[in-house]
Amino acid sequence: MIKLKTPISEEDIRKLKVGDTVSLSGIIVTGRDQAHKLMVEEKPDFIRDVLKESVIYHCGPVVKKHEDGTWSFVSAGPTTSMREEPFQADVVCEYNLRGVIGKGGMGAKTAEGLKKCGAVYFHAVGGAGTLIANAVKKVVTVHKLEEFGTPEAFWVIEVEDFPLVVTMDAHNSSIHQEILEKSQKIAEEIM
Amino acid sequence: MELKESILELIRQAAVDLSPDVEKVLTDAYALEDESSPAKNVFGTILENVKMARENSTPICQDTGSLIFYIDFPEGEPEKKYREAIAAAAEEATKLQYLRPNAVDSITGKNSGNNIGINAPYFHFYQWEKNEVRIRLMLKGGGSENVGIQYKLPHPPLEAGRDLKGVRKLIIDAVVKAQGLGCAPGVIGVGIGGDRVTSFALSKEQFFRKIGQRNPVKELAGLETELYKDLNKLSIGPMGFGGKTTVLDVFIDAQHRHPATFFVSISYTCWAFRRKTMAIKNGEVSYD
Repeated sequence: MIKLKTPISEEDIRKLKVGDTVSLSGIIVTGRDQAHKLMVEEKPDFIRDVLKESVIYHCGPVVKKHEDGTWSFVSAGPTTSMREEPFQADVVCEYNLRGVIGKGGMGAKTAEGLKKCGAVYFHAVGGAGTLIANAVKKVVTVHKLEEFGTPEAFWVIEVEDFPLVVTMDAHNSSIHQEILEKSQKIAEEIM
Repeated sequence: MELKESILELIRQAAVDLSPDVEKVLTDAYALEDESSPAKNVFGTILENVKMARENSTPICQDTGSLIFYIDFPEGEPEKKYREAIAAAAEEATKLQYLRPNAVDSITGKNSGNNIGINAPYFHFYQWEKNEVRIRLMLKGGGSENVGIQYKLPHPPLEAGRDLKGVRKLIIDAVVKAQGLGCAPGVIGVGIGGDRVTSFALSKEQFFRKIGQRNPVKELAGLETELYKDLNKLSIGPMGFGGKTTVLDVFIDAQHRHPATFFVSISYTCWAFRRKTMAIKNGEVSYD
């Protein structure tokens, strides 16, 4: 198990290989479809500092608002990453991200972006909403909540020991591509 | 108990706990994987999460899905009674964080914030002659819904013709295509025949079967058993990390079709297979 804390250096990220298990701590940001569209089309600055050398998490959480106005995460597993494929490489390079967390992996364009700008794809266990919410220690702030709604907002969160697996590294390797090709071959045989 | 309160409990149970048949099959899948393999770790995390969600009464998965209700109710009762109680319960369940707000206006992009909207929740009403009520709820996640697919036979790219052999090829194709999108291992629901609407409807209603419950029609039961074995040979595994379990079960049903059409609709649910049934009999409420 490799322990990493944001901000992460490019050197440390390029050391990671497909199959490595990582325990991530520090400040990260959630972002889904509307957030990615905004970051590509308008390149807003309000999220720039916090994303620098950090990680974006594809997640639309269930949240609780406390009486004092603070928030906490109730359930917060990853969403399907492939929807961000048209945007992800540009977002990684524009905002100097060191990683993307999601589920299911991403395509060739993202793989190129990860290699070019020094970042990896971390896989979280899909559906493990309650377990992952327990690793979220604090909600620092939220952006675009009113406009985007709870699932799509940018939630800036502090995590501790978030369990992840590297499934796409900064050297163009991908577990997803490998399993896809194998399963297609088996499918042809059993058809 | 008031109807709304009983339905709130139905929603809570569906969101925070798996049915015993689903938890059992996940436990069996964990046992099957090799020690310290990625697949074993994933199943370990899944089972720990399920336990934690039940104990904390918090959603298993943050995507608490679309709310789809199937209501069997006595003749002479108004549908309105159930529509209103369900809407009130869904709103309350959202406030209590049993549900994530998941109803988005398709024109403006605005989230209604309470899971209420046009056809949200969605209702299937059936009047029956019994003096009992049965309310079945499915929480259908967006990731798994996105990989649902409808084919028509013949399907030349797979050389699939208008028979069960052709249907079999389509189901294998759909499961290969679902990897990385719906959270494997999933449960597959298939509707053969009907029009485009009833074909998908039939595929989804299969999800109320218990794991291992075979179709009474011999040909379909045989196909279910065969596909369960073959699909697990694909080795996609939990989360697509590779492994011995790619699907938890396959449910197929058929209905009559127009002579010119032959639709095959395939619905997918992720491992967080959330459905619950509530019965009201002689004023007593029970859940399964």
